[in-house]
Amino acid sequence: MSNYYESDDLKKFGEIGQHAKALADDFFRYYGNVTGTDGALSKREKALIALAVSHAQKCPYCIDAYTTQCLETGANPEQMMEAVHVAAVMQAGITLVHSVQMQNHLKKMVL
Amino acid sequence: MTPVVQLKLVPRPSKYGFEGLLRARGIDLPPLSIDTLQVNLTKLCNQVCRHCHVDASPQRREMLSPEGMAKCLEILERHPQIGKLDITGGAPELHPRFDPFVERAVALGKHVMVRHNLTVQLDGHPQTGQSKEYLPQFFARNRIEVISSLPYYQEYFTDAQRGAGVFRKSIEAMKRLNAAGYGAEGSGLLLNLVYNPVGPYLPAAQAGLEADYKRELKEKFGLVFNGLYTMTNMPINRFKLHLNKSGQFETYMEKLLAAFNPAAAASVMCRSLLSVDHEGRIYDCDFNQMLGMGAVDAKGGGLTIFNFEFDRALKRPVRFADHCFGCTAGAGSSCGGATA
Repeated sequence: MSNYYESDDLKKFGEIGQHAKALADDFFRYYGNVTGTDGALSKREKALIALAVSHAQKCPYCIDAYTTQCLETGANPEQMMEAVHVAAVMQAGITLVHSVQMQNHLKKMVL
Repeated sequence: MTPVVQLKLVPRPSKYGFEGLLRARGIDLPPLSIDTLQVNLTKLCNQVCRHCHVDASPQRREMLSPEGMAKCLEILERHPQIGKLDITGGAPELHPRFDPFVERAVALGKHVMVRHNLTVQLDGHPQTGQSKEYLPQFFARNRIEVISSLPYYQEYFTDAQRGAGVFRKSIEAMKRLNAAGYGAEGSGLLLNLVYNPVGPYLPAAQAGLEADYKRELKEKFGLVFNGLYTMTNMPINRFKLHLNKSGQFETYMEKLLAAFNPAAAASVMCRSLLSVDHEGRIYDCDFNQMLGMGAVDAKGGGLTIFNFEFDRALKRPVRFADHCFGCTAGAGSSCGGATA
C-alpha cells in the first residue's frame, strides 16, 4: 500500500535535482551555507528556528531532520519544546490578530 | 599460536567497507607509537547502561588475574615510552586488587587515568556491598586523572541512558570529587567528563558543549570540572542491539559513513594505544576488544601481555572493521574525545 510521507523518502531529498540539477545545486549550496555553519547565529540556534518552522509548516520530514539536528548541536528537550511553542503561539497570534480586520468590518456593518 | 587466536584472524564481513574506503582515499593508518596501555580490569559494573559497548553489568564476573596485573606493571616498568595507564572496565574500582594496581603504576611514575562511572562511589560493590566512598580521597592521594561519563548536564538524557537515579547520584559523586580538590583551578587534580549521544546521532561540537556543561553544572549545582570529551556511540554490542531492535542500524551506519572525515581518521586512538582484556590479550582498541578482534603482529601472530615485545606490537597492522566508522565520523571520537 502506498503512503504519503514515508520516512525513508527523506533520504531521496537529493533527487530533487533529477530534472533541474543546476537549480537544485544552487538550492543545496544556499541551504548548506545557511543551516550548516555557525554565523551570527549558532548552528544550534538555527536548528531550533528550523524545528519551529518545521512544525508551523507541518513537514514531517523536517521535524525528523531538525529534531536530530537539534540533538547533534547540543540542544535539550526543553529548548526544543519551547521552540515549538514559539511556532504555536505565532500561529495563534497570527489567527487572533486577524480579528482586528473582523472588528473593522464589523464596525462598518453595524449601524 | 593457539586455536583461539587463529579463530580471531578470520576476516570479519564488511558491509560498509571501512578498509576499502581507506584504500580508495589513499589513507594508511599504521601505529605511530604506543604511549598508552589501556587495561580493562573487569566487566563487572554497578550500572547497566543502554549504550555500553562492554555489555557490563552487576552480573559479570570477568577479572584480570593477579598475574595479568603484574605483567601489565612489568610492561609499564620496562617501557618508559608507555607513559600512560588508562584503567577501564566495567567499573574498574570493583576489581579486588584495583587499589594496589593503581598505587604501583603511580610509583612507576606513570600518568594514571581511571574511567570512573561516578555512581560506584555511592552504590558500592554490587555483589559484596563493599563501600567505595573512599574513592575521591584515594584518587586525590595518588593524583589520578578521573574521567567520568555524564551524558548530559540534565537528568532526562542521563537517566535515559544510564538508568533511573544515575544523574542525581552522579552529581553527588562529583560534589565529593570537587571537595577532594578535583576540577579546582591550580589543584592539578583533573576531572574530565565524557559526553556521548543518548541515541543514534553524532555528538555536538566538543568546545561548545563543554562551555554549556561548565555553565549549567556551575550555576545549578556549584560543580567544576576540567574538560569535556565528546564520544560517538559505537555500533556494536548493546547499542547495536538497540539499533537493530528499533530498526535504526542501517540509518546509523549510513550517517557514520556519510560523515567520514579523513582528518579524524588520521588521529584514531589505535595508532597510539594498546588495549588489554581480562585474559591478557592485546587489541588495537577497546572496541576491537569487545568484538574479539585480537591484535596481531606483522606475521599474523596473536599479541598478549605474556608475549609482549614493544617493536613487534608497534609494527603490527591495525585491524579495522565497519565499527571504525564511529571513530572517524564528524569531529572524530576517541577515549580522549574529538580528534579533528
